[in-house]
Amino acid sequence: MARVVIFGSLRAFTGGVEMMEIEAATTRELLKKLTARYPALFDTIESGVSLAIDGEVFKDAWFTPIGPESEVVIMPLMVGG
Amino acid sequence: MKQDFKILGTRPIRPDGLDKVTGKAMFGADKSVTGMLHARILRSPHAHAEIVSINTAKAEALAGVKAVITGDDFADVENSATRYTMQNCMAQGRALYDGHAVAAVAAVSKAVAAEALKLIEVEYKTLPHVTDVDEAMLPGAPVLHEGVKARTLGDDVSGNTVGYYSFGHGDLETGFSEADEVIERTFKTAAVHQGYIEPHACLADLGGDGRGELWCSTQGHYMVREVCSEILHIDASQLRVTASEIGGGFGGKTTVFIEPVALKLSQKAGKPVKLVMSRDEVFRASGPTMSSSIDIKIGMTKAGKITGAHAKLRYQGGAFPYEMVMMGAMSAFAAYDLEHVQAEGWDVMTNRPKMISYRAPGAPMAVYAVESVVDELCQKLGLDPIDTRLLNAAREGTKSSYGPTFKAIGLVEALEAAKAHPHYSAPLAPNTGRGISCGFWFNFGGQVSVSMAINADGTVSLIEGNPDIGGSRASISMMAAEALGIEFDRVRTIVGDTASVGFSDVTDGSRVTFAVGIATIKAANAAIKEMCKRAAKIWDIDAEAVEWVDGAAQPTGHNAGDFPPMSLAEIAATSGKTGGPIAGHHEGAPDKAGVSFGVHMVDVEVDPETGFTSIKRYTAFQDVGKAIHPAYVEGQIQGGAAQGIGWALNEEYIYGEDGRLQNPGFLDYRIPVASDLPMIEAVIIEVPNPGHPFGVRGCGETSIVPPLAAVANGVAHAIGVRMFALPMSPPKILKVL
Repeated sequence: MARVVIFGSLRAFTGGVEMMEIEAATTRELLKKLTARYPALFDTIESGVSLAIDGEVFKDAWFTPIGPESEVVIMPLMVGG
Repeated sequence: MKQDFKILGTRPIRPDGLDKVTGKAMFGADKSVTGMLHARILRSPHAHAEIVSINTAKAEALAGVKAVITGDDFADVENSATRYTMQNCMAQGRALYDGHAVAAVAAVSKAVAAEALKLIEVEYKTLPHVTDVDEAMLPGAPVLHEGVKARTLGDDVSGNTVGYYSFGHGDLETGFSEADEVIERTFKTAAVHQGYIEPHACLADLGGDGRGELWCSTQGHYMVREVCSEILHIDASQLRVTASEIGGGFGGKTTVFIEPVALKLSQKAGKPVKLVMSRDEVFRASGPTMSSSIDIKIGMTKAGKITGAHAKLRYQGGAFPYEMVMMGAMSAFAAYDLEHVQAEGWDVMTNRPKMISYRAPGAPMAVYAVESVVDELCQKLGLDPIDTRLLNAAREGTKSSYGPTFKAIGLVEALEAAKAHPHYSAPLAPNTGRGISCGFWFNFGGQVSVSMAINADGTVSLIEGNPDIGGSRASISMMAAEALGIEFDRVRTIVGDTASVGFSDVTDGSRVTFAVGIATIKAANAAIKEMCKRAAKIWDIDAEAVEWVDGAAQPTGHNAGDFPPMSLAEIAATSGKTGGPIAGHHEGAPDKAGVSFGVHMVDVEVDPETGFTSIKRYTAFQDVGKAIHPAYVEGQIQGGAAQGIGWALNEEYIYGEDGRLQNPGFLDYRIPVASDLPMIEAVIIEVPNPGHPFGVRGCGETSIVPPLAAVANGVAHAIGVRMFALPMSPPKILKVL
């Protein structure tokens, strides 16, 4: 199962939980399971998040594969200049 | 990953150079059509006011006036972000900052349009205003929009506080208890403008049938199409947007300010409308970056190990909800491998123009504050600033302060290059100080589309959808040539309009050379596959028995057949007889952009009589993965450094007690010009990004992150006093001397 890390201020919507394990093959499946577990995360995830999978950052990509040993960090949707 | 290159790393003549130096390049204001009208915008003289009424009758009656619009001409939109963008382009009900648009006129000439503005009667009821970030956060401050306060915040902050973010790990109390020295400081930085030389400009033609054409200066014409079609309630397919040549953007052209207004005027008048902002309007009504108020606390051992680090960032982002402080909070401590770290950030609204991205948005001010305290700790503990940074530097495998674990990164290499550079050991003159700072930026991927045609004469025409703001047409042509195995001058890359090629995200986040580069390589591979197929047909062998080597198809071995290589030009020449035109295209959303680090070193001299700071020597070291065209890369590094120097020394939005901007022009808003600066030496470090087939990282933004602290640290060493606010303009330096 992938290890999912929630960034600091988002933990307000997970009851303070920082780390959890979720079984998911893709980012979409992971985000769906995450919002099912923590419905308060829905608005944030729906408006877009970035994910770092094993250190590589992905923006809003539904079908990025996630390995069983992967670390997935949920981050705000990032923008640049 | 490919590491042996024939084209990459060379410095061919810039494909955009001749047009730009001869004046042939068509910028936003250069386009004209027969019968077009000229538009002007009436702007609020108040920082915050209710618009009681607007009477446009006299303006509409003026001879030559063809259309007048106000906020009432724009119907509501469902998406709140688009609604805020629309209301920033044209106020509805309230003017929220000095310079906020309240009405617009299209007329037969600029003079008539200007005359008509004087005839528009606006009745305002002024309201309390706030322009300072700390004051805007206080409970009881005038709130700009109700109901948008960040969900997790309590009553200790006002409703202007629209975002709260926190990143980090470990336990701060433990971290600080392990320190021999702890320094805690508060910093302030002023809002600064991107300072692009070309003002916002567009030419809009929108018919009553909902079909339209728009020419504009932008970093993202697909973004313009999406936002404008939503605001105008027309189908995206019916609005074709063409990006002009761009005279600078730096993040400031990643949204719309005037395009919906010009389209609405055109729709109402039934004629094309040209709208060009004045410099005054650019300053007052197009987004600068955020101002900030920052608390930093860092603990360090006598040996230089950082034991704990805490940042509190309060960013002021103008009159509408926005999200940007998170980028500062994520960047603040990214350069360091820390066990106990936390960075918190608050986004705050004020009665100022809505912020928009500026090169590595949010990062420079956060890193300025952090790197200033690191420097002060080194000074206090008698430590070498580069050795100390090396001791704490993030490297491959470091769990970053914002969460992810770093892959291959080049901070250590950049620091080691800085330490070995002659600049670091050069003697210093009197009244001169040397400053060092690290900097970091994420870099992004995102959506891209590339279409590549192999022409019958053996040349290649490539269309992509991202405006070229820093040399991307050259780098994309070079990557196409490298992938195809042909000469650079056989490829021409153009930026297509929104009807010519698929969707592409905005040119931002240092993403274009990375993401469009990947799409270009994939498009080239598709074309190569087809060319191998054609050669196989001609040779009457299996397509699988053909490979592409050095720009030509050849049999994979003697068993496949004995044929001489067939070049791209030879295959292209017969394409009409072997199956028709040959092309390759790719649409995708590449990720794995790979972060980038830089280290800047500067010698500053401060005149004790005047407080004037001059930059005597400047060297910038940056990991760019792989420099496609080193001259453009050096230009990006030099440009970012120059902008950061301006931010550190002179640039600032100055507001009066009345909430009005006091310096909306380049005379009073001082950006560095060529004569202010020495040649900035750019040292390119190449630690390949494993996420790109050629090892490319973005390189456009990192360079603006370190200069603020580098200059501030240099000034502190030159004058023996540390300042905690930017800009460090001469009067402010004189005050502390």
